Amino acid sequence: MNMVLPQKTPDARVGQIIKLAVMAVGGQGGGVLTSWIESMARAQGYVCQATSVAGVAQRTGATIYYVEMTPKSELEPVFALAPAGGDVDILIASEMMEVGRAVMRGFVTPDRTVLIGSTHRSLAVSEKMAPGDGIADADEVRAAAEIAAQQLILADMDKLAVEQGSVISSSLFGALAGADALPFPREAFEDAIKASGKGVEASLRAFAAGYDAARHGVAAPEQEAVKPAPALQGPAKEMRKWEGLVARAQAMPAPVQEMALHGLMKVVDFQNCAYGTVYLDRLDGVVAQDDSAHDFLLSATAAKYIATAMAYDDIIRVADLKTRQPRMERIWNEMGAKSANLVELTEFFHPRAEEVASLMPAKMGAAWESNPKRMALLNRLFNKGRRLRTHTLRSFLMLHFLGGLKGYRLQTRRHQVEVAHLEAWLRDSLSVLKDDYTLAVELLKNRRLVKGYSDTHARGLTKFGTVMGAAALLKGRTDAADWMNRLREAALQDPDGKTLEGAIQTVRSFV
Amino acid sequence: MAERSFKAEVEHLRMGNGEVFTGEGILAITKALLENGVGYVGGYQGAPISHLMDVLADAQGLLGELGVRFEANASEAAAAAMLAASVHYPIRGAVTFKGPVGVNVASDALANLCSSGVNGGALIIVGEDYGEGSSIMQERSHGFAMKSQFWLLDPRPNLPCITKAVKDGFELSEASNTPVMLMVRIRSCHVTGSFVTKDNVPPPLTVKEAIANPQSDFNRVVLPPMSYLHEQDKVKNRWPAAEKYIVENKLNEVFGPEKSKIGIVTQGGMYNSVIRGLQRLGLADVFGQTEVPIYCLNVTYPLIRDEFDAFCEGKEHVLVVEEGQPEHIEQHLGSFLYKSGRKLKLYGKDVLPMAGEYTGQVMLDGMTAFLKAAAPDMLPGKVRAPNMEEPQIPDLSKTVPIRPPGFCTGCPERPIFAGMKLVEMELGKSQITADIGCHLFGSLPPFEMGGATMGYGLGPAANAAFDGGGERRAISILGDGGFWHNGLTSSIGNMVFNKSDNVAIIVDNYYSAATGGQDVLSSRAQNDTKATQNPISAALKGVGVEWVRQIDHTYDVAKVRDTLKEALTTDFKGPKVIVASSECMLNKQRREKPIRNTAIKEGRRVDVPRFGVDSDVCTGDHACIRLSGCPSLSLKRLDDPLRDDPIAHIDQTCVGCGNCGEVADAAVLCPSFYRADVVHNPGKFETWRAGWRNRIINHLQKRRDAKRLRLKGVVT
Repeated sequence: MNMVLPQKTPDARVGQIIKLAVMAVGGQGGGVLTSWIESMARAQGYVCQATSVAGVAQRTGATIYYVEMTPKSELEPVFALAPAGGDVDILIASEMMEVGRAVMRGFVTPDRTVLIGSTHRSLAVSEKMAPGDGIADADEVRAAAEIAAQQLILADMDKLAVEQGSVISSSLFGALAGADALPFPREAFEDAIKASGKGVEASLRAFAAGYDAARHGVAAPEQEAVKPAPALQGPAKEMRKWEGLVARAQAMPAPVQEMALHGLMKVVDFQNCAYGTVYLDRLDGVVAQDDSAHDFLLSATAAKYIATAMAYDDIIRVADLKTRQPRMERIWNEMGAKSANLVELTEFFHPRAEEVASLMPAKMGAAWESNPKRMALLNRLFNKGRRLRTHTLRSFLMLHFLGGLKGYRLQTRRHQVEVAHLEAWLRDSLSVLKDDYTLAVELLKNRRLVKGYSDTHARGLTKFGTVMGAAALLKGRTDAADWMNRLREAALQDPDGKTLEGAIQTVRSFV
Repeated sequence: MAERSFKAEVEHLRMGNGEVFTGEGILAITKALLENGVGYVGGYQGAPISHLMDVLADAQGLLGELGVRFEANASEAAAAAMLAASVHYPIRGAVTFKGPVGVNVASDALANLCSSGVNGGALIIVGEDYGEGSSIMQERSHGFAMKSQFWLLDPRPNLPCITKAVKDGFELSEASNTPVMLMVRIRSCHVTGSFVTKDNVPPPLTVKEAIANPQSDFNRVVLPPMSYLHEQDKVKNRWPAAEKYIVENKLNEVFGPEKSKIGIVTQGGMYNSVIRGLQRLGLADVFGQTEVPIYCLNVTYPLIRDEFDAFCEGKEHVLVVEEGQPEHIEQHLGSFLYKSGRKLKLYGKDVLPMAGEYTGQVMLDGMTAFLKAAAPDMLPGKVRAPNMEEPQIPDLSKTVPIRPPGFCTGCPERPIFAGMKLVEMELGKSQITADIGCHLFGSLPPFEMGGATMGYGLGPAANAAFDGGGERRAISILGDGGFWHNGLTSSIGNMVFNKSDNVAIIVDNYYSAATGGQDVLSSRAQNDTKATQNPISAALKGVGVEWVRQIDHTYDVAKVRDTLKEALTTDFKGPKVIVASSECMLNKQRREKPIRNTAIKEGRRVDVPRFGVDSDVCTGDHACIRLSGCPSLSLKRLDDPLRDDPIAHIDQTCVGCGNCGEVADAAVLCPSFYRADVVHNPGKFETWRAGWRNRIINHLQKRRDAKRLRLKGVVT
């Protein structure tokens, strides 16, 4: 409610009170930022009052700091202790959803508020928990902030600070200076940092980064231009085979080509060029049934999910990925290790009988799997958490050996199971094609439900089965594809499939 | 030691006559205590007055110099009981705790104290945890003053007024032989500002001197028939004496013009919000010069009838601004009006809401409604529709997720709840009660362990009804803070005595962590003024618990899981108590990080662990997050068109606690987690060995790469 009330005898000095709120996530240093602002204001001849809500809210929860200031005079002004909707001049939000919360609570209004926000995300538990994609839409928040704020400064303040070896409070303080929202010169801000005496140099660097971001905006991210498109590399002989496959993919209908190339790269990286040929053969089978009237949506979808299904997560793949050379480089970068450091690695494996049996030759594996006694034996032998110190030769060699079993992979029980599952899924999905093209596309997309390892994988398979099975219920309805999509989204809501169960009940109620 | 050190600020407490103190409300209160000759101080920590306890603890040197006794009481009841020193002796004493929950705990001692009456000034400083940022049920402490007949101060929220209230409180207490409660709201505790200081005054009679001349008087003991006399004394002597002191010393204030047909009666603590409302309506200037008369109750109990009558003279409409419910003050003033036969209209919880914090918008709306009804002429023109179309701001309520507080990065309590969750997956859901403390976050997603919390130290007591057998044993949780607060007797003793067959988990993080990391009896830290290092397990055995399991490393999720499973399934009859101990990570990092950084700088070997996720191995099912919720374990979207869902990612705030690896192992999640130990200043031998290893590993990798196609570059 932003009711505009007529002012009777507006005291001009009331308008001079600068009202500033900081909305932060507990642990981000909102208190430090507030104390900088406060001491600076006092040093600049202002009367200033700050308040905060300390306590349990600061344990990673959303929290708020509030500052009011006005030029010093003979009498003491009366300040409020909390921000009021429609009455905030400067709002600093230290995370994108806190920007949203500030707008939602009415603290950002077009007539007066300078909004300084960090675009980085610190995901709430509810966003992270969903088995699917539960991340809140930052673009919606940005759009709302653009309407709500009088002046808007948005940048990844966290990154700006971390790059300078500091924390977000410094870069936000810099942005506050750069925004010219307070009547103080840049030096006054820097003096406040210097006076605090802790990590001053890094804070000043981050301050400068924030200041520049507010003044000139952040330079368009360069890394996107620099980032190389994914590509394969390897011996010349193999590369020639690869080029043949690429030519085949490029001969496909235009809307399919890009996804087919990505998929092809994935399966060849997973196995080899021959496997890539199998992939393209399968995809051709789908393209043959597709048409340009539908813009080859079915084939593009199939290109994506056939590749995912063919590059399943078996021990061989995991061992291979864990022992590749670029991985080490990536970890060194991520950990910020310098050349004088050593990096030691520990991997967490927990093989169960299922994984061991899946690595056996197909027939043998099937026999062992169906024999509870043998599975129990395998569990006794193998089912145990294993910590592999892969910087040591022993553990590295073990994984290196496992990762090198590609030549044998296609004979494993796991491969047999995966192929059967893939073929059944393709067949079921395409079986409705004649009657309902969009339903067939949705059925292909259900492959997204199969992911994870062990129990999570098993639950995924169950959900996949339930959702695929619902096709029989929906067949013939004009909104079948819509419902299939809804069922899949429901399956991604929670791990136990409660939402899915409810959705299936709804479907049953109307068929 | 508490998580925030006030060592630097404590120096301000030495300021003398005419100096200007600038800082937080809490610190100002401490300074005012010293200026007013306090003889002993104590209390129990809890937001928003935790810092007051921390300041006192850090100020023990100064307190000692002045001859002031400081006690970190075991509970609010213990703190209130300590005020017994002021019953016979003319010594000023002050204790502090949070309200209303701390007052609940203290109420037994408070009621006895109020019956006995006091000789020396007795001040109870209560941080009223109400409104935004509060972590407790929304109630008021006001009712306690009414039932026990002690006086309640609610000063205007600025440093000069708050510090004056300390002086007024002591004097009022002495003038009326009654304890006085000084109530400060959440934001007043942390409000910053300035006030002019005075010299500190050593107590005229120290506790040390007093004990040389012990006193007793059975007339002050709460036993019949003296207790009947105490009640009469309260209403016949102490109450009138209090009223007299309040009126004569003008503790309540009146602002604004003398003549007006309208007026506002407000709690002192709400004064600034009232003025802000008036400022926004153009009815007050920046210094609080108001056009609407205000009767500001810096004493909210007792209410002074004569003062109120005088304020109402000539008025037709009076608004009562009283935050929280029920509306004790409004009812009381209404009865004054009815009895005096006045015809003025009283407004309060009709134009303002009955419940909830009176925020800026609520105040503005309420005062606008009041003025519209009572004095529309004071609102020039009409409250009309805005002449400019307000831009429509999109509704974000569906987009922005809630962000309740949770376990910190690396918290040692997280793996306890992960272990519990694994047991739940295996054995089914149990009846679980929680307790007060950080571990209460376990009742929130992703763990959702615990359906009720009945009070500090009462977790196991809250499961007492479920002790009559049944399919599955009930589980309850207790923190180390709660254990020593009263859990040892009310919960554990209760279990032993009643031959409970249930399970209790004591979360021992070495501190009273939720309140700011104060030491408790079982803290591992060396504390010069307190006796620490008293193990919980010894106390358990002392009260007769036979089945005790001590877990010294809570990050061992499998051990937590197996121990809890054993407790739930063992044939042993009797209480089963698991003590799960690991240090609060917030405090640990605060202590160890500087030491580590110094060691690295000095060239000593330091091993810094951190976790990571292989993004090409992670499938984005987020099972790990559902067993963690760690702030540093988050998600990121890959730049890969073949992937639909964001994958797990660990950012640089990871402290390498080990939970991710343990959970991945215990719950058989996936092999995408790895731990990287960055070794700073490695030794010569290990550098040489690592060089050899790397050469062999590189050779093997090159040999394999020479034969196969693979994706180029670094997967991120």
